[in-house]
Amino acid sequence: MDAVATFFRLLWELAVYLFVVLPDLLPIILALATPLALGALCGVLNERSGVVNIGIEGIMLMAAFFGYLAGFALHDSIGSGPSLGLGILAAVLVGAILGLFHAWLTVSVRADQIIAGTMMNIAAFGLTGYLNRLIITPSGRGGAGVITPLHIPDSLANLPLVGPVLAMFFDQGPIAMSVLFIVLVLQFALFRTRWGLRTRAVGEHPKAADTVGIDVYRQRYRDVVLGCALAGLAGAFLTLESTGSFQNGMTGGRGFIALAAMIFGRWTPIGAFGGALLFGTATALGVVVNVRTPEGDLGTILRSIPTYWYAALPYLMTIVILAGVVGRSTPPAADGVPYVKEGRG
Amino acid sequence: MNRLREVARMRWRQASIPLLAIVLAFAIAAVVIIVSSAFTSTGFDPFLPFSAYASLLAGAFGSGNGIANTLVAAAPLILGGLAVGLGFKAGLFNIGVAGQFLVGAFAAAVVGSALAGWPTLVGMPLATLAGALAGAAFGFIPGFLKARTGAHEVVTTIMLNNAAVLLLNWAVNDLVRAPGFSFPRTGDIGNSALPVLLGRNLHLGIALAVLTVFAVRWLLDQTTIGFEIRTVGQNPHAARYAGMRPVFITALTMTLSGLLGGVAGAIQMLGVIGFYAPGITASVGFDSIAVALLGRSDPIGILFAAILFGAFRAGAPLMQIETSVPIEVIDIIQALVILFLAADLIVRRVFRVRGTKVEISELKTVTQSWAGGVGGASPT
Repeated sequence: MDAVATFFRLLWELAVYLFVVLPDLLPIILALATPLALGALCGVLNERSGVVNIGIEGIMLMAAFFGYLAGFALHDSIGSGPSLGLGILAAVLVGAILGLFHAWLTVSVRADQIIAGTMMNIAAFGLTGYLNRLIITPSGRGGAGVITPLHIPDSLANLPLVGPVLAMFFDQGPIAMSVLFIVLVLQFALFRTRWGLRTRAVGEHPKAADTVGIDVYRQRYRDVVLGCALAGLAGAFLTLESTGSFQNGMTGGRGFIALAAMIFGRWTPIGAFGGALLFGTATALGVVVNVRTPEGDLGTILRSIPTYWYAALPYLMTIVILAGVVGRSTPPAADGVPYVKEGRG
Repeated sequence: MNRLREVARMRWRQASIPLLAIVLAFAIAAVVIIVSSAFTSTGFDPFLPFSAYASLLAGAFGSGNGIANTLVAAAPLILGGLAVGLGFKAGLFNIGVAGQFLVGAFAAAVVGSALAGWPTLVGMPLATLAGALAGAAFGFIPGFLKARTGAHEVVTTIMLNNAAVLLLNWAVNDLVRAPGFSFPRTGDIGNSALPVLLGRNLHLGIALAVLTVFAVRWLLDQTTIGFEIRTVGQNPHAARYAGMRPVFITALTMTLSGLLGGVAGAIQMLGVIGFYAPGITASVGFDSIAVALLGRSDPIGILFAAILFGAFRAGAPLMQIETSVPIEVIDIIQALVILFLAADLIVRRVFRVRGTKVEISELKTVTQSWAGGVGGASPT
């Protein structure tokens, strides 16, 4: 009986702790969730149109690198602000170009989609590592720095209830700030516009879509390119808004966690965003328990868990969520199946 | 004489696309080297690829030591390639060789150092076995999850790779850190090290890897389990109707695949690295995928593909020292090889050849299960 009582007391203490800590964490959570959310949106757009893309990780990494490289190269001649802006643009462009490449491989060449994505990941790891060693490391100087985040006035941030939420969405750099906007626009576009209907049609039943005059290939190309541009934006966030530097393999599996967030959100933008926030929260809590450890037994327990375990938490959580959710959610019917137009062989 | 020509033609049809894919990959990588040379301090050099590839070749085959290094680098790739290839046979994509390699290496290091004072005949087999079992356990997790819940192994194995790095660092720091060193690492493996067969570093692991090639071949071609694995890979539905157990086979194959990945880590630990410390990286993970695809997931094909990639890995350091071309160019070449194998249309167009299809037919099952949970318990 005693053990049960202790357990519930600890659970209660944990709930109180979360309640106290979470409002302060909200801005960090959104920042951590941003690359995951953008990556997950890339996955939603790709798979809704019927293309599996496990190369999001690589596209993110490649965009992160080239965005950083653009800022790095332009910084001395045009200054920090413009070079950061052009860096973001370069990253998005790189994402879109790689998306075009993935679309060509999967839609036109009809290469195996999982292998095409794997190839993208290995290529990104190799090419960015290669150029990093060749160009950035020997130069011995930094990039264009980071975008300074906005700060809302303290009077607003200190408002009860509303304050933390405002801080979450507006105490941010421009990319993190735009995530919610992008999510809402895509949610609307996917389910309320002609483009969205066509996207879902070619992903669910390409043959039927073809019969009513939708160009399946063109639709898939568009969706994959658009989605991968968002993955490019996620890459820009990593180097230009979050860290201000590039390290080899810095995406660290985010492209795959993003896929889990997409599945968790059942292939909807808002759901995927929710999944990304969940992972962001897990990561943020792992950091904060060591900085603001709660008092009493709970603190002793939380502190006794090694930091390595907290760091591994998002990865382990991804596995648990996939195992729990995946059997009960249905992906688009034609997901991963190349479309062969009749008469074209 | 005619027969000989017939056989030669058949072999060429099989090998032409993979070989030409490699040629094309080197050609494209040469363009990357030339273009990127313009941004370095030495300046634009259109002949850089020639000198770079020459040192790559010299490093891999130019001397007895070079050849030994190639074989040493090939040994874990053979096992890793077999791990990925065996997965392919059952319609599973094991991207988790990197993680299985690390847990295998770690377990071998821990057991090996504990038995460091025992005779080699005790320590070495037990340490290798520990690595194999650790890898198998680590492969069982995604296999079981795929079989039971349909969670796709592509995501779960990658996540396990990332988690393995962190949790093993923790284990080295807090659990098995050997005293007397300035940084966290496991103890010396002493007598548990794999004996060197030839020269400076050609260790017993190579023989073990080659034997495993034939063991896997036997498993796939001669046993009932092998038949079930191949049937599930070709068509899980048909396998189920035929009374086979796709769920069991999925879990079993991932476990065996993980076991091979674990042995790869164990022999690398006992034959080359010697102790586990944070920062040990496993390029074996990605390399194994390329090896399995290049070898068309056939054990003998994998053997040759692994020696080829072993040569790249063995020759790359000399290339970087002599010509300043970063060793990461090997990763680029690898990605290009995979690209040209996945899209063999490009190779056919460029070289105007008609080799047999390189695509591994079981890949269809891998991709379908992404969207449909075919390999899993979901209703069909």
